[in-house]
Amino acid sequence: MADPMKIRAQLKGDVADVKILIFHPMETGLRKDAVTGQPVPMHIIQNLTATLNGKTVLEAQWSQAVSKNPFLNFRVRGAKAGDKLLVGWVDNRGEKASMETILT
Amino acid sequence: MKAPTMRRSVLRAAAMAMAMAILRPLRVLAAPWNKAAFDAKSVADALKSLGVTATEDSDKIALKAPEIAENGAIVPLEIASGIPGTVAIYILVDKNPQPLTAIFEFTNGTEAFVATRIKMAESSRVRIMAKAGGKFYATAQEVKVTIGGCGP
Repeated sequence: MADPMKIRAQLKGDVADVKILIFHPMETGLRKDAVTGQPVPMHIIQNLTATLNGKTVLEAQWSQAVSKNPFLNFRVRGAKAGDKLLVGWVDNRGEKASMETILT
Repeated sequence: MKAPTMRRSVLRAAAMAMAMAILRPLRVLAAPWNKAAFDAKSVADALKSLGVTATEDSDKIALKAPEIAENGAIVPLEIASGIPGTVAIYILVDKNPQPLTAIFEFTNGTEAFVATRIKMAESSRVRIMAKAGGKFYATAQEVKVTIGGCGP
């Protein structure tokens, strides 16, 4: 199965610079299906959480105005090699995905 | 006799309720998606739903946004708040159908920095708020959009 997201975490001193590309249509609910002409229902990530070794470091709430295949870059201080970074999201359909990476 | 049985079952129910309260999981759940704020059709209504009563303009919020975005579906933004103790950053696009675009909350040592990409329906002011010390600070930049990004 394809990964739900790509995470690239680079340690610069004790700061982890994290770049994520999430695969999600982020449908606004305004786009019309090219074949049927009907609006494609809204389908968006609403909550995203990132934890470092189980401690929450980032919480995001998104609207349908976040671009399709969301890109996110954030920086966590106090990080070191071996730390576990977990990124998870929940969308408006209740679907979830998460991915863990170990900082190097 | 009826009375003692009733008292016993009431006591039992009360004891169970107390036990359940103590056994509630300590896991902290993420803040629920702020539907009222995200549904708001004006900046004023979004701010009200966010509990923002006043904002102070600040030159310490660094917003990098294109002056002209060729594709309104993908407008890159980079935001860094130099205000000490920043715990949250908010992105609003004045002329989007629903202006509130994103909320980012930083905890446990995360820098008040975020970069992402947003959709803009048309040329508009992009407004960034930073929350620090219980106060809200704001900056804004006009972004021109040549092709709108909210759907054909």
